Formats: sequence, C-alpha cells, structure tokens
Amino acid sequence: MVNEILIAGFGGQGVMLMGQILAHAGMEQDLHVSWMPSYGPEQRGGTANCGVVISEDPVGSPVVTEPTECVVMNLPSLEKFESSVRPSGHLFVNSSLCDQEVKRDDIQVVTIPVTEEADRLGNARVANMIMLGALASCLPNLPFDAIKASLRAVLPERHHQLIPINEKALERGRELYQQQ
Amino acid sequence: MDQDLQLVKGNEAVAEAAARAGCRYFFGYPITPQNELPAYMSWRLPELGGVYLQAESEVAAINMVYGAAGAGVRVMTSSSSPGISLKQEGISYLAGSELPCVIVNMVRGGPGLGSIQPAQSDYFQATKGGGHGDYRMVVLGPSDLQELVDLTYESFNIADRYRNPVMILGDGIMGQMMEPVRFPELLDPQTLPVKEWATTGRGGKRKENNLINSLYLDAEACWEHNQKLGEKYRQMKENETRWEILYEDAEFYFAAYGTTARIVKKALESLRQRGYSVGLVRPISLWPFPDQAFASLAEKARGYVVVEMSMGQMVEDVRLAVGSELPVEFIGTAGGVMPHPSDISDKMETLIREVGGHK
Repeated sequence: MVNEILIAGFGGQGVMLMGQILAHAGMEQDLHVSWMPSYGPEQRGGTANCGVVISEDPVGSPVVTEPTECVVMNLPSLEKFESSVRPSGHLFVNSSLCDQEVKRDDIQVVTIPVTEEADRLGNARVANMIMLGALASCLPNLPFDAIKASLRAVLPERHHQLIPINEKALERGRELYQQQ
Repeated sequence: MDQDLQLVKGNEAVAEAAARAGCRYFFGYPITPQNELPAYMSWRLPELGGVYLQAESEVAAINMVYGAAGAGVRVMTSSSSPGISLKQEGISYLAGSELPCVIVNMVRGGPGLGSIQPAQSDYFQATKGGGHGDYRMVVLGPSDLQELVDLTYESFNIADRYRNPVMILGDGIMGQMMEPVRFPELLDPQTLPVKEWATTGRGGKRKENNLINSLYLDAEACWEHNQKLGEKYRQMKENETRWEILYEDAEFYFAAYGTTARIVKKALESLRQRGYSVGLVRPISLWPFPDQAFASLAEKARGYVVVEMSMGQMVEDVRLAVGSELPVEFIGTAGGVMPHPSDISDKMETLIREVGGHK
C-alpha cells in the first residue's frame, strides 16, 4: 500500500510541519517514508506545499504529482491541485479559506472549516492540526497514537507547552472526519 | 521502531555525517538548494570545538579548504552548480598539491544561473575534471539519504587514503528531502593517524620542512609529479569503484545514478510485473566509472536505456563501457524537471520492441 500525500497552503499555515509529523509517524510504524518540500523563489505569505510518501516498499520519487490524499489549506492551492488528485482519492478542503465548490465528482471530498474550528478551541494557529487529525483518520497505516507521538518528536522543545492544545486539535479533526 | 532512525533533511544528513567522520572545519558560501548544510555546520562544528566560516566568496572558501587540508585536518566545503564552477581552480590546486578534502555539490539546473531545481547536468564537470590539468577525483553519487550518509562518512577516509579531493554529487531533491537515516558513530579526530606530510611546523622534531605546492617549473619534475599522480589515480580505479546491479539475469538494462535511479526502480518494477526481463546498473562511483559492471553483463545484455536529469552526459561513459555492439538509448530531462516513471518505461518498451526482445 502506498499513500502519496500532498499538503498545500500559505507559508505560515504549518503545512510543512503537518507533512513532517506524518512522515515521522510512518517511520515509527517501520514503513518507508519520504518528505519533500516545494522549494522555489518562495516568500512569506506565498504558496507552499510538501509531498509525503508512506509505503510498504522503498520510495521511488519523493515528489508527489498525483496525490492519493491532498490537503488544500487555501483557495490558490485548491485551484492548483484539485485536478491532480488521483481518481477515488481524498481531497481535504479548508472551507474557511476556500469559498469555491470542488468540481471533481470522482474523488472523496472532506470539507472542514479549520480556521473557525481552531478559533473555537482558543488558538487559530492549531488549524493545521485539526486538518492533520482529519487526514490521519483516513490513513489506516498510521495509528492515531503514532501521530500524537510524532507531534512530540517533531515539534521543537521550546513549543512543547503547546502540545495539549495541538492534541486537542488533532482529536477535533478526527471527530469532524468521522462525522462526514 | 529502530531507535537509531532519525527523520532528517538531506543537507543536514551530509553535515552530520561529515561531523561524525571527524570533519571539524567547514568553509562555504550560501546558494540554494544546499543552504541547510552550511546552516547546520554553523552551530554543529563550534559545538564540537571546530570552525565554521562563511567566506566572502566560493573562491575564498575553496582556498580556505586548501589551507586547512594543508594543516592536516578533515575539512569540507559545499555548494551547488554555479558555486562549484567558481571552486574549480581551487579543486585543481588541491589535486595538484595532493590535499585531501570533501566537496559536496547539490546540483541544480544549468547552465549559467539556470534554475534552483534538481539536476544532474554537472556530471561532466565532476567526473572529467572541471578544473585544469591532468587530475582526477573520486566522485560518489548516492541515491538515497542513508547512502548519502554512509558515502559522506567514507569519503573522508578515501580523501585521506589518496591525499586527494573527493566529491559527493547529489542534487536539489537529495538536499531538500527528508528520509529516515541511521548515523555512524561520532569519531574523535584526535584518534586519526597523524599526517606526517602536513605543514604544521617542524616542532623541533623534523629535520626537513614539509612543502605543499603544485608548482613544478622544471618540465621533467612536473612530468614526474604527473606520473606519481597517475599511479594514484590507477589505484583509485582499482579500489574505489562502486556500483549496484539489480537483476543480473535480465536481457535489457537501465543505467542511472543518484535520485534518477530511484525513479527508474519504480519504472523497472512496473515493467517486470508486465513480464519484461529488465534490470538496472547503478553506478555509485561516477569516477572511477564502473566499466566492470557493464562488462559483467556482456554475455546476456541486449540493450541499455540510460536515464539522467541532463541532456546526456553519463550516457557517453555507458557507451564507452558497453561498446558499439549493443544499442544504448537515452532519455533525459533538463533544467530541473524530473523524469516521469511512465516516460522511462515507454522508452524501454520501445527499445525492446525494436530489438525484438521477449516479454
């Protein structure tokens, strides 16, 4: 089984961290993993994305061009990547920042207003963890506890006081996924 | 899970592997896509009692490497394509003066300023001597991050063994991606053998001054020096050639190195699942080029497809190794574009059809 995951959004939304937590969790499950950031003449507030491959076999190209799971955290990312999702794959849309309908009807669409949900938890910056909680729920290879453990491993120690709110956000994401 | 596994970015993996190999001196100048390497060294080496210095230019950095290597320490510099071009004069001097060091090139699209995306278009420069004069250096092309770590560690031993520069040839993807790696143990440079030739002062013990120099004004003396170097390069060929062959009983082969080889492996598996008898020759040392690998397949192989992120460079070495009896086809991408597995397998299917191979 191979998951080729693409996570896209604005710089600063935490899309790189989401990918690193997934890759770390895959590594903890003894799976082959890779993480690859988009890199270019990027700037703060510009678009950023990363590709994560989680596989039972060694990873070929770490560059994800046809994701099985795709997360779009903003409208430019939805416009750019909607067409790339593999048929019957999953598209996770941050509806707080995407006021546009998904046109594809051959993929599973999961819509979550993560900014509002994060505000409700009391910290707008955990929007990415809500989305990660939803995304991880559709990856059977990655137990939810592995995601939580990887959050601790990947997050720099100076931010560890934020782990409880991030865990709460992961769980909220899982709930929202299960409700859909 | 294996407790020693760490999820690390390629550029940082090289840096840590070098530190573990006893490298305590790094001189460089920033350029994308390898900046995480010097950034890592800027805190890691001082932590280990070493020196990190951002030079005023690539030319300055490679000449600082010359100075440190002359003083007998393990030293590294890194850059990406345009920056490596600037270092070529220094590399020639290092080889001419027989100084060991490790140079990392995380290749990006060229020529000129090119792009900042991954490429393999510096193969000629790396393997054929980008600088002047009759010199050679071992060039290693890892294809995943564990191999990048292991070869970086080993490259310091190779450099010291032959008193010669060694190059690690990666690419933008290898520098930027993260993969799980296991690091070798941290080596204390004090435990390394003393380099008797280093210019560290006579200290009241040595009778003669040590001299590090690449200038031989007398033609005969310069010729003798070149013969000595030539013998060293012959020994490198004998001892430092590395390669991997997948499926030694196949009829048709891909040849690819570095990041491209891992993409080719995906194309290879899909072809084999469809019943094609295909394998892969993956040169790991790009110089010395593993001619032996191709010779070992001569009885059975019926054709090759060479895949590179260039307009066709290593393909020339493959043609030299294979000879004119067999078809050697090429497919490449340039400027920072990645080859696609389906284009790679299409190329192989076309070759097999033309040659009339079996499914």
